[in-house]
Amino acid sequence: MNATTEHASRPLEYSKEEGRLRIFGFWVFLGAEVILFGTLFATYLVMFGRYAGGPTPEELFKLKDLLIETFLLLTSSFTAGIAVHEMRRGNKKGLLIWLGITLLLGLGFVADEAKEFVEYVGEGAKISTSGYWSGFYTLVGTHGCHVSLGILWISGIMIQLVRRGLNATTARKVFIASLYWHFLDVVWIFIFTLVYLSGMVR
Amino acid sequence: MNHHVDHFFVKGDPMIYAADLMIIMTTLAVIFVLTYYKKWKWLWNEWLTTVDHKKIGIMYIIAAVLMMFRGGVDALLMRAQLTVPNEDFLDPQHYNEIFTTHGTIMILFMAMPFIIGLMNVAVPLQIGARDVAFPYLNALSFWSFFTAAMLFNLSFVIGGSPDAGWTAYAPLAEPELDPGVGQNFYLLSLQISGFSTLATGINFFVTILKMRAPGMSMMKLPIFSWSILVTSAIIIFAFPILAIALALMTFDRLFGAHFFTLTGEGLPMMWANLFWLWGHPEVYIVILPAFGVFSEVISTFSKKRLFGYKAMVWSMVLIGFLSLIVWVHHFFTMGAGPDVNSFFSISTMAIAIPTGVKIFNWLGTMFRGRIQFTTPMLWSLAFIPCFTIGGITGVMLAMAAADYQYHNSYFLVAHFHFVLISGTVFGCIAGLLYWYPKMFGHMLNEKIGKWAFWLFVPGFLICFLPMFFLGLDGMTRRVYTFSNSHWTDLNVIASIGAALMGIGFMVLVYNMIWSARYGKRDKTGDPWDGRTLEWATPTPIPHYNFALIPRIKRLDEFWYVKQNNEPSVLRSLPVSKLKPIHMPNSSGRPFVMSWLFFIVGFAAVFYVYWVAALALIGVLVCMGLRSFEIDDGHYVSVEEIKRTEKNRIKEA
Repeated sequence: MNATTEHASRPLEYSKEEGRLRIFGFWVFLGAEVILFGTLFATYLVMFGRYAGGPTPEELFKLKDLLIETFLLLTSSFTAGIAVHEMRRGNKKGLLIWLGITLLLGLGFVADEAKEFVEYVGEGAKISTSGYWSGFYTLVGTHGCHVSLGILWISGIMIQLVRRGLNATTARKVFIASLYWHFLDVVWIFIFTLVYLSGMVR
Repeated sequence: MNHHVDHFFVKGDPMIYAADLMIIMTTLAVIFVLTYYKKWKWLWNEWLTTVDHKKIGIMYIIAAVLMMFRGGVDALLMRAQLTVPNEDFLDPQHYNEIFTTHGTIMILFMAMPFIIGLMNVAVPLQIGARDVAFPYLNALSFWSFFTAAMLFNLSFVIGGSPDAGWTAYAPLAEPELDPGVGQNFYLLSLQISGFSTLATGINFFVTILKMRAPGMSMMKLPIFSWSILVTSAIIIFAFPILAIALALMTFDRLFGAHFFTLTGEGLPMMWANLFWLWGHPEVYIVILPAFGVFSEVISTFSKKRLFGYKAMVWSMVLIGFLSLIVWVHHFFTMGAGPDVNSFFSISTMAIAIPTGVKIFNWLGTMFRGRIQFTTPMLWSLAFIPCFTIGGITGVMLAMAAADYQYHNSYFLVAHFHFVLISGTVFGCIAGLLYWYPKMFGHMLNEKIGKWAFWLFVPGFLICFLPMFFLGLDGMTRRVYTFSNSHWTDLNVIASIGAALMGIGFMVLVYNMIWSARYGKRDKTGDPWDGRTLEWATPTPIPHYNFALIPRIKRLDEFWYVKQNNEPSVLRSLPVSKLKPIHMPNSSGRPFVMSWLFFIVGFAAVFYVYWVAALALIGVLVCMGLRSFEIDDGHYVSVEEIKRTEKNRIKEA
């Protein structure tokens, strides 16, 4: 078995046994995340329309915030893709720049979402207002927490990239974090459709 | 909400004062012994920081046996209360707390860790791997389970135990009807241990799929490892649902959300759905590994290849799938309507088909075999008829229309104890006895072992068979006391059975203590003349498991190598082929991180959010430190391998 030739054709993040295992493990973890969010979506849908005399989503949802959040997050997924592309080309500087842009977009998303939540609470829609708003904050908030954790995580990886350079370990970390980031983007598409659009259209 | 802190210590019950005293005395005794024998460093280096799957497995099993004791004491208290009519040995509140903690502990803190312990010990060895895929995560899984178990048990003396049943049905478990902190203990400790189980599921799923020895195709995978693969897949499906269900009820209780409340248009019924969407697969998470153990044990002690191996594999996969689509049978009487009930009735009955296939395969394995009646074999043999009774009564319960008659009666209690005890508990004990020499390097005393068996198994039948009749006669579950004197005789019999099971358990534990001192030492590594790879390793097992990873050509490779005297690294090592072995480093962080989880949970139980937030930041810091750590593991030198394996070395 010739280790070097076997691995020469693989991307850096897959070049070590450890990297391959962890990437596969992370895919399995994402499978569990699908179930986790699936359960939250199911809960949200069951709670739909249970306003208990409190505010309704069509009264509170604003198209502007929704579009800003969607634009920021979907673009950040695209820039995360470019970052990994730069990584595959071995361009550490490009990787860092695009990861940095991804983080800024993510921060913008979280900030806008926080602003949105504060406004809703000001208008009398709290987690304790009704079954509907409990479902809303739990689903959208869980996604927001995931994005916030992702920001911390990717920041840590960027520091490691600066200090240690691009190698099999840091490449694996970037790749896994990018999988996570794309996953959050996919979840947002469902939130966009099932929560906001169906909430506003009614 | 901090008036809850005023009720920090549970007062007024002499049994709880006795428990307080026992906890203090035991802690002091442990500290004294560790200090006197200068064992702190040893404990930290060898156990608390280990990432070795075998040691983690042993710690899981020790914790599970301790929890079996706690859950068993709860059971005996319940039986004491229900022996004769109008008993007032326990007050109703105390009784509610005891049946809640009995169920929760036995399922989540006894059966689960026992099974995870066995899979930790056996799976990497069976598949010819040096460790699990993620050893560090494995240590984190163990310690977070352990601290969660401590958190749950602490409720007994601090704050008060949960009292809404192990199913924690809403609205009964909601703050309006259950205002103390007990239910918070339930929610937060299950959340932490659920995280631990999910991590284990992912870990073993990846381990089994990716770390098998070369040549071991899926249809050459030992049956126990197959059962763990299916179990891991069910865990990955089911445990996120539990995490969400618990989180939603936690939000209801801590932040006033309205998921399952009677106010705010909450839906109590949704709890039943979410709980059993996890809870029913959970039943199979604890039963399939036991099926795996029985298959290994029956095949080994019949000296025959497992009959219908492929049918066994496919029936487990099918059971795994069906387990996910039957949850509504837990609440047929809650008004779902005939169409829904029919679907879940039929899908439930369908599980009997693959299970029946497995029963016939076990019988087929024994047919014309050379059966050895060792203790693990006895437990496996007892399983077959007992589990069949449990299964048949399960089909009776699966008939929705008939279920309206015996729903929530002692018939149900008898049914699920028949399947869970004869399936899971017998399986755990059989597995423990079977792998015991591999884990500890000595045999258990077979004579004492048979005493334990002949006390426990008849005790089990004496305890639970009468409950079928009590149930059909109208005695409902969760009653604190009964006044109908017609039920006295059967209840007295059941309590005698429970006492026998308790004595059987003590004899089982005594056997371990006796055998640690006097038991026959095993130097061969293969005392049962086994079939699978774990028996090819020397005992004690080197921490790297296999000096050379074997190449696999067939199912039960080790058995064929022995039978046909084939040359193989499974029997002797060609020294020229040895290379340094890469192994992961130990780490104290999983231990620290898990206690931080404990603090998060404990503070949130009492609504002290700033402490919870600080500890949660501590958890994040631990994760960050791990990410920044350069941990490339270490190498075991060829010299060390030679020293360890000197009996097996073949100079080439």
